[in-house]
Amino acid sequence: MLAVTLAALLLLVPSFLSPATLDSLKKSLPSFVPARAIVLGLDLQGGAHVLMEVDSASVTKAQVETLRDDVRGKLREGKVSISGGIGMIARGVQVRIADANERARALQLLAPLNQTIGNVLSGAAGHSLDIRDAGDGTVQLVLTDAAINDKIRHAVAQSIEVLNRRINPGGTTESNIQQQGVDRVLVEVPGLQDTTKLKELLGATAKLEFRLLADPGDPPTDVESLPQQDKSGPLAVQKQVMVSGEDLTDAQPGFDQQNNEPDVNFSFNLRGGQRFGQVTSENIGRRFAIVLDDKVISAPVIRSAITGGRGQITGNFTVEQADNLAILLRAGALPAKMTIVEERTVGPGLGQDSIDAGKRAAIVGGILVICYMLATYGIFGVFADLALAVHIVFIFASMALLGATLTLPGIAGVVFTIGMAVDSNVLIYERIREESHMGRSVISALDAGFKRAFATIIDSNVTMFVAAVILYLFGSGPVRGFAVSLGLGILTSVITAVTMTRMMIATWYRYKRPTTLPI
Amino acid sequence: MKLLRLAPENTKFGFMRFRRVSYPLSAFLSIVSVALFVFVGMNFGIDFSGGTQVELRAKSGIADLAALRAKGEQLGLGAVEVQRSGAETDAVLRLGLQPGGEAAQQSAVGKLREAFGEAYEFRSVDAVGPRVSGELVQKGTLGIVVSILAVLTYLWFRFEWQFAIGAIIGTMHDLLLTVGFFCVTQLEFNTTSIAAILTIVGYSLNETVVVLDRIREVMRKYKRLSTAEIVDMSVNAVLPRTIMTATTVFLALTALFFLGGHVIRSFSAAMIWGIFVATYSSIFICSPILIYLGVRADTFDRESADASQGVATSKAKV
Repeated sequence: MLAVTLAALLLLVPSFLSPATLDSLKKSLPSFVPARAIVLGLDLQGGAHVLMEVDSASVTKAQVETLRDDVRGKLREGKVSISGGIGMIARGVQVRIADANERARALQLLAPLNQTIGNVLSGAAGHSLDIRDAGDGTVQLVLTDAAINDKIRHAVAQSIEVLNRRINPGGTTESNIQQQGVDRVLVEVPGLQDTTKLKELLGATAKLEFRLLADPGDPPTDVESLPQQDKSGPLAVQKQVMVSGEDLTDAQPGFDQQNNEPDVNFSFNLRGGQRFGQVTSENIGRRFAIVLDDKVISAPVIRSAITGGRGQITGNFTVEQADNLAILLRAGALPAKMTIVEERTVGPGLGQDSIDAGKRAAIVGGILVICYMLATYGIFGVFADLALAVHIVFIFASMALLGATLTLPGIAGVVFTIGMAVDSNVLIYERIREESHMGRSVISALDAGFKRAFATIIDSNVTMFVAAVILYLFGSGPVRGFAVSLGLGILTSVITAVTMTRMMIATWYRYKRPTTLPI
Repeated sequence: MKLLRLAPENTKFGFMRFRRVSYPLSAFLSIVSVALFVFVGMNFGIDFSGGTQVELRAKSGIADLAALRAKGEQLGLGAVEVQRSGAETDAVLRLGLQPGGEAAQQSAVGKLREAFGEAYEFRSVDAVGPRVSGELVQKGTLGIVVSILAVLTYLWFRFEWQFAIGAIIGTMHDLLLTVGFFCVTQLEFNTTSIAAILTIVGYSLNETVVVLDRIREVMRKYKRLSTAEIVDMSVNAVLPRTIMTATTVFLALTALFFLGGHVIRSFSAAMIWGIFVATYSSIFICSPILIYLGVRADTFDRESADASQGVATSKAKV
């Protein structure tokens, strides 16, 4: 028992060291020795907690649009004649092909678009598309559930990567970005107080597209009307994306050489540069639109072919806007729109106050309980108090070991278990007292007390433990911290109360050989 | 050394005599709690009702609540609640759920920062959109329902059904009275309050189990006493322990209430109330049920005797 206590104390030491000392300590110890400080929740550390949700509807919509582009490409290759454009249906596209032979040919051409999707969990291979002849002269291609869910999963994973690059490009900040549930991402940045810039970086999709302006003769299904950033009225722009921001390798803020306005200079990779050169050389004299998040930033005229793979984006930016845009472009576009559904930010001032308040409450509460036990049970009270002290050490040590997060409700939980921990001892002592009043000898009263009380101790603590488990399952964030402290507290209090107290009383009995009980 | 004894030795209170008073009183309080919940309602925090809450500290001087409220209402973000939160320099400003979905909540935060960022330090910002608040309400309610089911299951296995009924009525009573407490005090009810409720349920069950355990033990030993006498004896026997534990937990929670800071004050207050109610119910509510249910000391004997007789006859048949 003593050894375990010592080990627990050692486990606690890292929490009190500064991070620098901790690092050097870690290097000098063998790897299996845990040397972790207690993780403080954001409500104690101070920092930003932002929960974002991926707009799954827009992921599916984009998936369908890609499908449409692919279908158009395949049909054009095979020179299949279609009447009308490619229409959108729920989760898919349909195309009208009057001639039955052409339809059969189309089905063959479109077959390779149907890909298998391996499902890691079930091992079964699903398909991405349902291609069918709808009978009335149309061919329908519909996305399967597996395809949609797969895409959403990828979108979330990719979003996490992109957000990481945006917030933490150097890998230096302590930010934490992780998936929560099916379509949500949690971003936690300790120490951050003003979340305005963070939210700007998180919220923008930053989807950059280069498209041509619509020709008067373009079919209406291939054209959409987009607002302009300078609010000068909508522009009709082709839906097809000529070059996309995915092919950007770099983006840097700078100043336009002619009018000294802030702008963003970008450069393409090989494929993007080639495509860009091709598009510009084929369309000299036409205007092309630089579209960011479905808004036209600018629409300059193509004066000559741009084959160098570089360009600039101007749009009446402020210096800060140009800077932000460069960061967003460098990090990449979010695969789908993300909305912030919850924000909880605690400034370091409040966090420190909470830590101090929690410490004070714990210490004073502990002292009150200790005094009370002493007053009520005398020497046995001392044993109970020692067990209580060990219990407190155990709770924090196990939290450090498990890497559990300590939150303000968590501290409340520790204080609560300080009050409850002595319950087990009280049960035992009261039982001992009863047995001795009934006429048992000292040793037999002690023995009977421990035995009889044991069942009740287990019972009553199990009930509270179940409450803690339920709380953990249904709670989130700080409340989870409370459930963890409560659960750990119950475990450690039962262990220390029963084993330690028994040991101490046994030792005391051996030395003192009392004839009467002091309680 | 003279030891402190808050509960006198060998008490012989006739607790069960009080049941003619305690039951109507408890029933009345429970009904009042339900009525309060329906007509007055609890003060739901933004966790459940959605909205934005910021804690401000004046950078110089004290926080002028009236001015904050006036300026806040000018922002066109709906009703603005401003309250003091401790020191004179601190204030808590609260906005309701903005129409317009998630984005509207965020723009509201932006407007608040613009309006107050210069004169005040933003100590904390909490913005909960409609989706998340809806989920928290669901989770919270589900959590309470699941915990009650878990309690029922546990009691079903651990005790005979008559005991279980007593325990579950006691726990429900505690739950209702805690709800009433929140309605009366209008303390903010958010997710930590759910934590308080679940902990109170656990503690109440804890107390009840201790009493019922003792009743069962006494029943086995003293078969000739009436049920009321058995229950009285048991309650008196565990009284020292009940008072003791309630006192230690009370001491710990009081420290938390006064020193723990305003963030968890509503939690500590609810817990303190819960301790009193749980102790009261374990003595006055769940045990007398046994009397009402007509449980006698030999009820369980007879049942097990019947069972063993049944086994004997079936053996004979075979």
